[in-house]
Amino acid sequence: MNSITKNAIWLLVAILGAAAVGGIALNRGEHINALWFITAALCVYALAYRFYAAWIAATVLMVDDTRATPAERLDNGRDFMPTNKWVVFGHHFAAIAGPGPLVGPTLAAQFGYLPGTLWILFGAVLGGCVQDMVTLFISTRRDARSLGQMARDEIGRIGGTAALIGTFTIMIILIAVLGLVVVNAMKHSPWATFTVSATIPIAMLVGIYMRFLRPGCVLEASLIGVVLLLLSVGAGGWIDTNPSLRGWFDHDSLPLAFAVMAYGLAAAIFPVWLLLAPRDYLSTYMKLGTITLLAVAIILLRPDVKMPAITPFIDGTGPIFGGKLFPFVFITIACGAISGFHALIASGTTPKLLSNERDIVMIGYGGMLLESFVAIMAMVAATVLDPGVFFAINSSAGIVGADAADAVAKISSWGYPVTVEQMQNLARQMGEATLFARTGGAPSLAVGMASIFGSAFGESMLALWYHFAIMFEAIFILTTLDAGTRVGRFMLQDMLGNIWPKMGETSWLPSVVLTSAIVVMGWGYFLYIGVIDPNGGVNILWPLFGIANQMLAAIALSVATGILVKSGKLRFAWITGTPLLWLVIITSTAAWQKLFSDDVRIGFLAGANDLANKLALGTLPVDKAAAAPKLIFNLHLDAGITLFFICLLWLIVFDMLRMCMRYVAGKPVLPLTESPYVLTQLAEEQVGH
Amino acid sequence: MHVKIKAVWQTVRQLSGDDAYERYLQHYAQYHQRHAEGACHPALTKADFFKQWQDEKWTGVKRCC
Repeated sequence: MNSITKNAIWLLVAILGAAAVGGIALNRGEHINALWFITAALCVYALAYRFYAAWIAATVLMVDDTRATPAERLDNGRDFMPTNKWVVFGHHFAAIAGPGPLVGPTLAAQFGYLPGTLWILFGAVLGGCVQDMVTLFISTRRDARSLGQMARDEIGRIGGTAALIGTFTIMIILIAVLGLVVVNAMKHSPWATFTVSATIPIAMLVGIYMRFLRPGCVLEASLIGVVLLLLSVGAGGWIDTNPSLRGWFDHDSLPLAFAVMAYGLAAAIFPVWLLLAPRDYLSTYMKLGTITLLAVAIILLRPDVKMPAITPFIDGTGPIFGGKLFPFVFITIACGAISGFHALIASGTTPKLLSNERDIVMIGYGGMLLESFVAIMAMVAATVLDPGVFFAINSSAGIVGADAADAVAKISSWGYPVTVEQMQNLARQMGEATLFARTGGAPSLAVGMASIFGSAFGESMLALWYHFAIMFEAIFILTTLDAGTRVGRFMLQDMLGNIWPKMGETSWLPSVVLTSAIVVMGWGYFLYIGVIDPNGGVNILWPLFGIANQMLAAIALSVATGILVKSGKLRFAWITGTPLLWLVIITSTAAWQKLFSDDVRIGFLAGANDLANKLALGTLPVDKAAAAPKLIFNLHLDAGITLFFICLLWLIVFDMLRMCMRYVAGKPVLPLTESPYVLTQLAEEQVGH
Repeated sequence: MHVKIKAVWQTVRQLSGDDAYERYLQHYAQYHQRHAEGACHPALTKADFFKQWQDEKWTGVKRCC
């Protein structure tokens, strides 16, 4: 193709993309087709990938395809191993894409489809993708070292410690909120509870199969597991209609929360081969399969988006979580736009497989583009629902009232009409007793997915699709829960090992049990409070998680910016500096409001005072009064955690700036730790076959 | 066509780790014997290799949110 044709094609992509984004942004009052979202996303991604990412790789990072990567230099046939780029891409994407990009956009849809969509698109191409790619690059140049290690080596001890503490706390909050999402999906739903419980013995069976029956036969074992999972979705429907069995699986939130904690403890103590590894295989297949299916269904079906572009809730009065559009849309959607957690995968894990530096663009930048696309699809699935239905599912009883008639009256009064019969019909179609106040995002996403799948592949199986979607979300939420608890345990063992070396032995059972129990108690506490909170808990935990995740992103971007400056690339430091600045602004604003806002639904302290006053005056109903002291304590704790996060963030940003200023002034700084150049010996065809 | 299907199948196997042992054996044949002339430890059996491989795969942060 000659260059004129090429330029013409890119010009067309640009025009189409601009038209699609403009159409989405300017559309008012009429239903807009979901295909516009897909078109806008694909055009923005294509342009960003072709021009911005390529420019960063060539001019700023100067990736060098003749330079041997750690995978080649340190090849040991196991964790370090040059691998085919598509395989690395698959591993990287499977590792970074969790439930975050599905839940965040669903919650943020309360502002309307537009704010979240724009942030997902532009936050990803200018922020998240750049973070992932640059982190992958600097770790590749440093023998695949982890983010915490690089922060320590390049900026100083403070940065390294902050990264470690940040990772640990974010893990605790993340697991708690994800646990809450699963609990809310299983609450009084025998079908969902059975299906989710069935994933555990199925995973164990797969684990035993690949460990002992046919060692190493991963594909065979996974196939058996996937078939059993699909059967369990069907079996759940049968349990649900069986009067004697359904009672076994019909539980309130609190016993379910304790079951999740017990499961988390067991999973962290059990050997990985029994539960964690096989469950991860299954969840990865389900994840990739379902996401592909969703994309195909949206393209085939082209559903209309019924949510308005912008709702009145941008003023901070939203029923799902309190807080104005700025900064809370940017906090609520972390994964999908920019996620600090990715930096932990992009450093340490993925570089060990990378066979050539030139693949950094595709894997780092491209992997995050695909995650952003998942977030766009979650946004579509949330906004194709009638807004009234969407708010009825996602608003907690504490906001709209526990009675169905009250709830629909209140939601309809906002201008989003919905009726009790409509909700009852929908619940019956989905095989659920009720869909009111099913907060957490999973049920509404599942309803959205079921209605999309239902119309693409047959209306008659709506309940099956709904429970398939719930199972699909639950299975990889539980994988994150297992893996997170385990990582937390390792970190804690490592820290305690400094005090008493015996505690640091990862195979010493007393230490394993003790540290696992501490980690589970950490997230279990927040999960417990989330369950007893009449306002649903998600409205408190999710922003806290968002702030923590953005803080971790700020740490990664600080390390990247510091390294760029030290490498004499000060004039290009804006590529990571600008997203960093934006994150510092939104995280600080959000933290400030969460601490000091007078609005009881936003400010932790205001909320605690309000509750304390009501308790003193005796105006709380009996059940709420019983929980109030715990909630008041928790709100103070949350305020403390927020303050801690924000101090950590500023500390590391200042440390980075101090180092940069010293460098610019010609004073000594910690030296660059880039490993020396070695010419690659790998020929293209040697890799991966 | 046949070649293409085979390549896709290879990628699937590699993605899932189904062929990890075969790749280990290749690596072993290429590096260990050539350098150590038999003084090196013998290659692991499939079951032993898989145990080590699985345990290594799960240390550190492997999954995200």
